[in-house]
Amino acid sequence: MTELCDLPGHELARMYRAGEATAADAVESCLRRIEAVDGRVEAFLRVTADDARERARAIDERFVAAEDLPPAAGIPLALKDVLCTRGVTTTCGSRILESYVPPYDCTPWARLGEAGAVLLGKTNCDEFAMGSSNENSAFGPVHNPWDLETVPGGSSGGSAAAVAAGEAVWALGTDTGGSVRQPAALCGVVGFKPTYGLISRYGLIAFASSLDTVGTFTRGVRDAATLVSAIAGKDRLDATSLLTEPRDLADGLDGGVAGMRIGVVREWLGEGVEPGVKAAVEAAIERLGRLGATFEDAALPHADFALSAYYILAPAECSSNLARYDGVRYGHRAADAVDVIDLNSRTRGEGFGDEVKRRIMLGTYALSAGYYEAYYGQAQKVRTLVIRDFEAAYERFDLLLGPTSPTTAFRIGEKAGDPLAMYLSDIFTIPSNLAGNPSISVPCGLDEKGLPVGLQLLGRHLDEATVLRAAHALEQDLGLTARPPLVEEAA
Amino acid sequence: MPVEIDVDHVARLARLALTDEERERFRAQLGVILEAAERVREVAAEDVPPTAQPVPQTNVFRNDDDPWESLPQEEALAGAPEAEDGRFKVPRIIEAE
Repeated sequence: MTELCDLPGHELARMYRAGEATAADAVESCLRRIEAVDGRVEAFLRVTADDARERARAIDERFVAAEDLPPAAGIPLALKDVLCTRGVTTTCGSRILESYVPPYDCTPWARLGEAGAVLLGKTNCDEFAMGSSNENSAFGPVHNPWDLETVPGGSSGGSAAAVAAGEAVWALGTDTGGSVRQPAALCGVVGFKPTYGLISRYGLIAFASSLDTVGTFTRGVRDAATLVSAIAGKDRLDATSLLTEPRDLADGLDGGVAGMRIGVVREWLGEGVEPGVKAAVEAAIERLGRLGATFEDAALPHADFALSAYYILAPAECSSNLARYDGVRYGHRAADAVDVIDLNSRTRGEGFGDEVKRRIMLGTYALSAGYYEAYYGQAQKVRTLVIRDFEAAYERFDLLLGPTSPTTAFRIGEKAGDPLAMYLSDIFTIPSNLAGNPSISVPCGLDEKGLPVGLQLLGRHLDEATVLRAAHALEQDLGLTARPPLVEEAA
Repeated sequence: MPVEIDVDHVARLARLALTDEERERFRAQLGVILEAAERVREVAAEDVPPTAQPVPQTNVFRNDDDPWESLPQEEALAGAPEAEDGRFKVPRIIEAE
């Protein structure tokens, strides 16, 4: 049986208006699912059950009064714990912020709250969004609902797992190098990273500011369109946010792919890509072809260097952004410091985990005297070349296509001791962050182990509509019905 | 070849107190990561301008026609490990004469 928590948001929205269900019912359904499975999935760091119930009741009263409410009204959702929520502890998965209670809301949540969405709680993630498996959280790993012995991906692993397991209908995450798309692929849900600047970063605790992008987790493409539309748009509190016309990205979703020119990034289907991933992506290409899209191979000659550039640029920005955790204004403070330097150094030594320390040091090194030009300066130039590759490709193609991740979910602990092997998980997602273009991961089948495979579609700047339209066409044609075993058992 | 870095120097610049075990582990791991990151130097990019930001914008000014309340002092200090008289409190920075 399908519970309310397993339905898409647009179906809940219809039911609320038809009097077939209430937001309170949907919230209870999610809370029951959390109760049933989260002891095993561990997607949530905090569940705000009382507030959620109260909020749902208030929304239901407005539905009863026949108020015309936005599509997000009454939809239960979860937020990655790097997104600030006023009065609700926000840790970034780090000891250094273990007791941090933000005095303000991030803009995406402020907008969703205004639209009547209901916050269920905050989800686990890799510390400060640095990781590809969620194993870097100071509060323990998250388990993939498809196979509890495997990782959900990262860094937004909790948000991906929560949506996959029906613990939340929607979730927000953040994508700096693939942290929405890669976990979405590994958990079999839709993960959408819009154009850099479409969604305000205000209140998103910074990792690498020129790459950080808020993204969405939903179980369908239509919901992704609705959710992004609800939070997009200029924000005076983020100078990098773009002035765009408000639009409903769900409009035109059914337009299909006939005549669409899609470039297949052939290098992304070569060595190092699991056969199960390759097979599912190639089958999806055939489907899209039958639906009327045309395919040719696309070349991104510098994409091969994107990973190297990213692991200089992102740590460099992180070393600067994370300088604020000094034990002075908020967060952890080391005891009995003899002076301020000692206070700063020991606070950070005690408060940060391994991966964060590694990246701070990498960035500090890459920016230090004598190395700046060779590393940081050169990586910025390579970033330009990656962007030019995309520009050239989009002269010929409406979209680019490839797998989201070279592998399906890997076992917890498998790559934990080898940072470089872990970094390779993001090899196909990083180029879109360097270029800032919109990309989506949409489920395209299961591999031989029964684990989900994600297909990635990459589009032009601010051309979310085309990306979503193609993803929707594929999703409708595939009509995937498989659900994680844990959901079958709980539902 | 893994890159040799002076971990003590970098940790000092980054204000990170490391244990001996961390120092050794990070020295090895960072050397391998930097070896991979160094691949950017294989790209001929002499005349290529750097990109700092993927969607460049210039002179973005905030419109202050519609001012809003700033964070009250008590809320700004609420998360402070130590505060006194409306200020953040830290150990002595300058020695008394």
